[in-house]
Amino acid sequence: MGHTLAEKIIAAHVVEGPGSAAPGDNRRGDTDSHPEVWPGDLVEATVDVVLSNDITAPIAIREFETLDVERVFDPSRVVMVADHFVPNKDIKSAEQCAQMRQFARAQGLPHHFDVGRMGIEHVLLPEQGLVVPGDLVVGADSHTCTYGALGAFATGMGSTDIAVAMATGCTWLRVPETIRVVYRGRLRPWVGGKDLILYTIGRIGVSGALYKAIEFAGPVIDHLSMDGRFTMANMAIEAGGKAGLVAVDEVTRAYVEGRASRAPRVYQADVDATYAQVVEIDAGQIEPQVAFPHLPENVRPVGQAGDVRIDQVVIGSCTNGRLEDLRVAAELLRGRQVHPDVRCIVVPGSQQVYLDTLREGWVEAFVEAGAVVSTPTCGPCLGGHMGVLAAGERAVSTTNRNFRGRMGHPESEVYLAGPAVAAASAIAGRIAHPDDIT
Amino acid sequence: MLMLIEGNVWKYGDNVDTDAIIPARYLNVSTPEELARHCMEDIDAGFAGAVQPGDVIVGGENFGCGSSREHAPLAIKGAGVAVVVARSFARIFYRNGINIGLPILECPEAVEGTEKGDQLTVDLKAGTITNLRTGRTYQTSPFPAFTMEIIQAGGLVPYTRAKMTNDK
Repeated sequence: MGHTLAEKIIAAHVVEGPGSAAPGDNRRGDTDSHPEVWPGDLVEATVDVVLSNDITAPIAIREFETLDVERVFDPSRVVMVADHFVPNKDIKSAEQCAQMRQFARAQGLPHHFDVGRMGIEHVLLPEQGLVVPGDLVVGADSHTCTYGALGAFATGMGSTDIAVAMATGCTWLRVPETIRVVYRGRLRPWVGGKDLILYTIGRIGVSGALYKAIEFAGPVIDHLSMDGRFTMANMAIEAGGKAGLVAVDEVTRAYVEGRASRAPRVYQADVDATYAQVVEIDAGQIEPQVAFPHLPENVRPVGQAGDVRIDQVVIGSCTNGRLEDLRVAAELLRGRQVHPDVRCIVVPGSQQVYLDTLREGWVEAFVEAGAVVSTPTCGPCLGGHMGVLAAGERAVSTTNRNFRGRMGHPESEVYLAGPAVAAASAIAGRIAHPDDIT
Repeated sequence: MLMLIEGNVWKYGDNVDTDAIIPARYLNVSTPEELARHCMEDIDAGFAGAVQPGDVIVGGENFGCGSSREHAPLAIKGAGVAVVVARSFARIFYRNGINIGLPILECPEAVEGTEKGDQLTVDLKAGTITNLRTGRTYQTSPFPAFTMEIIQAGGLVPYTRAKMTNDK
């Protein structure tokens, strides 16, 4: 009986197990011997990268310090990114960043990213080649699952798990079952990774992949860009997933080449792997999607959105803040005007994406259209800063969550969409299909 | 950790997300006491002011979905809640609860048979939940041995510290 991609990557990192998980051993295992692991096994595994940010690092540091360990297991593998409340929105958030900065300096972490050199963590780490195919990554951020697009096993955890992983280089995992989602057909115009993943969440529900890994596969995925794949893997968590993975192919190799900080390890699912469920999707039938408040599963084709007037549009985030996303937005906004009732906020996902956006002339297009272009930050996505909503306001956002109060006042509303629908809606002043404005 | 709990029920529906448990605008602080002041604020403004030590939160499916923020179980623990019972938990929340020593139990039948304001007794060791209004007792499935070890140690950090000391 064969193994899924998730099982193979975890097996390659197992220190102890199955059934004998024991976090706390301050040692790293021999990853050349690959025991088999099966769904349900509790295993101890080595980690390649341990990530935290300005919100989750302070608790992780506090817990790390109670472990009576002086040094992190490997400074080059511990990544800290100031991205949520930066540039700092208030004194308390400045203190959180200061705490992270001091820890990073004391520990000599080469990959601590501060304002001016940072990016939204899940845009930044792949771009900088810090995550490579075959890695096992744990991050104190639920969207850590983004790196599954590189053929890595990456999963979000809380700060305490991250503290222990920083100290020991190991974590404990329950090997997940895998759902395989196969996409066939020819994508319609304006349909991208965001529409595919929103449609999928609508189909399986916000707990449809609870405790499970999702493998995205099929001819549509084979032809999807890395940016589109990152968007899909990013939102595996919105279906409850532990990880979302895409097998390594030529698209992955082309992306990783010249960036990778370490040698990639390529794993493929066996043809006779056992899946908890196989979902077949005719992607040729999918229109651009919109998730209505207050759950990412409340999706409708944009054509069935009705007349929804909006106050704000956000284009960016760890879901859709990459160059391809901004290209789509720039194509639509260039030479047009943001609707007078709408504030349109564009957030390039990293300093590099910002620079590329600038060099392409898109910053000019956005500003001329009446949009603002922000420094990279998670701010508006979680109602932190840089675009908080008032009571009764509605936003179309390329972010990942539309829970009640997610972007501000509990009586505000968030509609999730891809960059094409977001840009079109900014122009129309209501939820709109790109065809409505072109 | 308290192994025998008696408290009043705060009942919520499915998909109680981490933004509902602790809105992100309060993530510029991280102590349980500070976070507790805003716990459940956007879905139940009366919770933080009225919750009593030992109370029980009862939720539906996928409790704690969304962010990995450990601030969510910390806020609940800081509010004095002794245990969360739900039909199912989001994965990261479940892990975080165990890691920080907040007991969490999956028991759909108990959720079904419980209303807001009921009094429950929960025996964590035996895995039983009794509703004092109806007199019914529900059995939860036991934690895996490894998870129970973490719970009994008081969380992942004390567990890991003890293990590292033993290995030296």
